[in-house]
Amino acid sequence: MIRNVLIALLSGALFGAGLAVSGMADPARVRGFLDVFGHWDPTLAFVMGGAVAVMATAWMLKSRMQKPLSAAAFAVPSLGLVEVRLIIGAAIFGIGWGLSGLCPGPAIADLAFEPRSALIFIGPMLLGMAIQRFAFLRGRPSACAGQMLARSRKPS
Amino acid sequence: MTDVGLTAMPSQGLIGGSMIGLASALMLLALGRIAGVSGMAARASRLAADGAPWSWAMAFVVGLPLGAALIAAVVGPVQTHFPSSPAILIVGGLVVGFGTRLGNGCTSGHGVCGLSRGSLRSIVATAIFTAAGIATVGLMHLLGVMA
Repeated sequence: MIRNVLIALLSGALFGAGLAVSGMADPARVRGFLDVFGHWDPTLAFVMGGAVAVMATAWMLKSRMQKPLSAAAFAVPSLGLVEVRLIIGAAIFGIGWGLSGLCPGPAIADLAFEPRSALIFIGPMLLGMAIQRFAFLRGRPSACAGQMLARSRKPS
Repeated sequence: MTDVGLTAMPSQGLIGGSMIGLASALMLLALGRIAGVSGMAARASRLAADGAPWSWAMAFVVGLPLGAALIAAVVGPVQTHFPSSPAILIVGGLVVGFGTRLGNGCTSGHGVCGLSRGSLRSIVATAIFTAAGIATVGLMHLLGVMA
């Protein structure tokens, strides 16, 4: 349905606009927030505060709705348990975030301002996603790491 | 003030943050999905087995630079200071791509959508990637590595 594609486009555009307004499109500002032992910049905390406050209201509204306004059903992740995989993945992401000052949203939004640098980041980012996907497919030699992690989750 | 001379901007942060919250609220309440950028990017490039329909993911991803460009056109220039070293961009990209997929989310999915929902997984993930980011920036300062 074309209407839902336009809603997704609007959501992405509003998200990208928010990144640009808040200063979060600038990798140096994001690294400034992470630089707590140096020249700390608190701006990201205000961004997160504003976004979380609005989204908390949205979750409240969602709990009173049977289905989304324009789709058949809600498809949100279940509130599962914390696994080893989640912890390791978040730690690896955090290292890359600190290194570059970039996470996926700003990197893609920055195609509007610095397409060359943004692409030097986004290309390898997609490659990293592909490596993760194929390393964790079952029944492949490269699935070794994935299986080790899966086993570590089960009580022996 | 940061290393490149940026000063804190709390009000723009709050306004921009609320826009990001509204964008995520629209995705949730209209389409029933989480506005997680790593998931949407993986889905749009056909690197995720499940998730939003491809056309929604692609539209969301395309919208990001369009919205950012609109702000630059209407409000004024948007500053960006990228790492000057391609090596840092390449390694950073690889690590961010791998880590966000392994950990099922990034700053938007776990940070904005998960924290506001009170999800334990997202609270833990956000605490860990923030701590890892702080440690990485601190270590780079200690070693004298410039981004």
